[in-house]
Amino acid sequence: MLSLRDFTVIRGGSKIVRDVNLDFEEGKIHIILGSNGSGKSTLAQGIMGIFPTDGHIFMDGEDISSLKVDERARRGITLAFQEPARFEGITVKDYLLISSREKKLGEVEDALRMVGLPRTMLFQEMDDSLSGGERKRIELASVLLMKPRFAILDEPDSGIDIISFKRIASAIKEMRNRGTGVILITHAEEMISLGDVASILCNGRVVVTGKPADVRRLFTKTPCPIREVR
Amino acid sequence: MDEMYSREYEALVKYFENSGGDPRALRSSEYASMVINHNRVLHVSEVDGIQMRFERMENGVEVWITVNENVVVKNPVHLCFGMLPRSGRQIIRSHINVGDGSRVKFLSHCIFPKAVDIEHVMDSDVTIGMGASMEYEEVHIHGKSGRIRVVPKAIVNVGPGGYYSSTFVVKTGRAGNVDIDYSLFLSDNSSASLFSKIYGRYNDKIRVKESMYLKGRKSRGIIKTRMVLRDRSSSEVIGEVVGIGDDSRGHVDCMEVILDDATARASPIVYARNPKAKVTHEAAIGSVDKKQLLTLMSRGLSEEESIDVIVGGLLR
Repeated sequence: MLSLRDFTVIRGGSKIVRDVNLDFEEGKIHIILGSNGSGKSTLAQGIMGIFPTDGHIFMDGEDISSLKVDERARRGITLAFQEPARFEGITVKDYLLISSREKKLGEVEDALRMVGLPRTMLFQEMDDSLSGGERKRIELASVLLMKPRFAILDEPDSGIDIISFKRIASAIKEMRNRGTGVILITHAEEMISLGDVASILCNGRVVVTGKPADVRRLFTKTPCPIREVR
Repeated sequence: MDEMYSREYEALVKYFENSGGDPRALRSSEYASMVINHNRVLHVSEVDGIQMRFERMENGVEVWITVNENVVVKNPVHLCFGMLPRSGRQIIRSHINVGDGSRVKFLSHCIFPKAVDIEHVMDSDVTIGMGASMEYEEVHIHGKSGRIRVVPKAIVNVGPGGYYSSTFVVKTGRAGNVDIDYSLFLSDNSSASLFSKIYGRYNDKIRVKESMYLKGRKSRGIIKTRMVLRDRSSSEVIGEVVGIGDDSRGHVDCMEVILDDATARASPIVYARNPKAKVTHEAAIGSVDKKQLLTLMSRGLSEEESIDVIVGGLLR
């Protein structure tokens, strides 16, 4: 279990996410909804340890708030950025082998297949020659290979074509089947329907948590009921 | 080969192998090759279509390499230049002529494993014939300490429809004091690429000055630099592309990552002397990209391991 208690994330000197209390379970998909600028990506990066935070983050009861990004990753938390980084001179194979626990090429090929990319892509560089959809799918393959306890996926479905979308959805389901707790930031209805739980983030605060269908209905009607000045 | 030459030859071949070279290439009659220690030519092997001549100088060797017309050299020509002593000066003056319609690739290894105080000067003139193609890859293997000064200079003339590419790499050991000065002159429909990959450490000083004169109509050229600087190392990169011919196209692309107290200065110069020419540039100097770093750290690599991966990719 990963638990946030009075969790506040500070970015550029301002409290962008405030007093969040949430529990994330392994083997469940927790959807985070929110309008643009509501603090979703900041929350994701705060959990990963990228920004300074107040409050607490517990993993199986242990406070991990003071751990650095790589230390959290070694405990089993990982993050896929909304716009994944590109790497000059590093092939897809080399990149995926970094996450692979077994460091076996066969495992890497399986992960690539799972996100619907051909084996030939292994030898392609992780640079601008990849399309946005390919890059996002490679990121999911990397997360699959890491076999994390918790995967934070920041809009893995944004700006991609319908085929990529289906592959991404099936990869996320596969993560859940393997017991990974997925924290999924998304706007897409089809993705919301994958969720076990959903929360709305509004002006940096969690305003509701419940069943995905109910939360989505509420979000469609009133995306952000809190109107306060930060 | 007398005993001393043989010992030096075997020592250089061993270093060549340890640095990733294939020693069979230096021993096989199917590969043209030349091995030089200081001012002694230890080994020469020619293949059909290539002639290699040399003259010993006080502090080096003058070399003439000629590729006949319309020859496709199947295997890369291996050049292994080195200085086994700890100190001294080595000058390699080379004259390379690639005949019309020919195609050749050179793999040059410059090996200075025990350098305490060494200067290595490469002074080359290269002529690429009409429709000919030459690739030149120069990899330096330096020791981890000591002073070394590397001065590669080249003047390259590329004939009509010809192609020239050069890759200069110093990643292993200390780069030392590097002072590159290349000038390329391109004829009609010819193209060229200059690529430098250098890892500076400690108080290494690196200067790269590369100029490409796109004289011919529809000539094309790119100058690309990738550099990583750590500790107190410093660099100055001057990439110059001059568009002279009608519809000539040139580009300068410089990316440098600086860490610790290193400093870098990049001056891309694009100069068009013809309204139909187009010359462009991009240069970026800065620390390691934060998103790249955080991505790798969120996969469990430490900060230092992540930097190594990013830097390794940049210099690959």
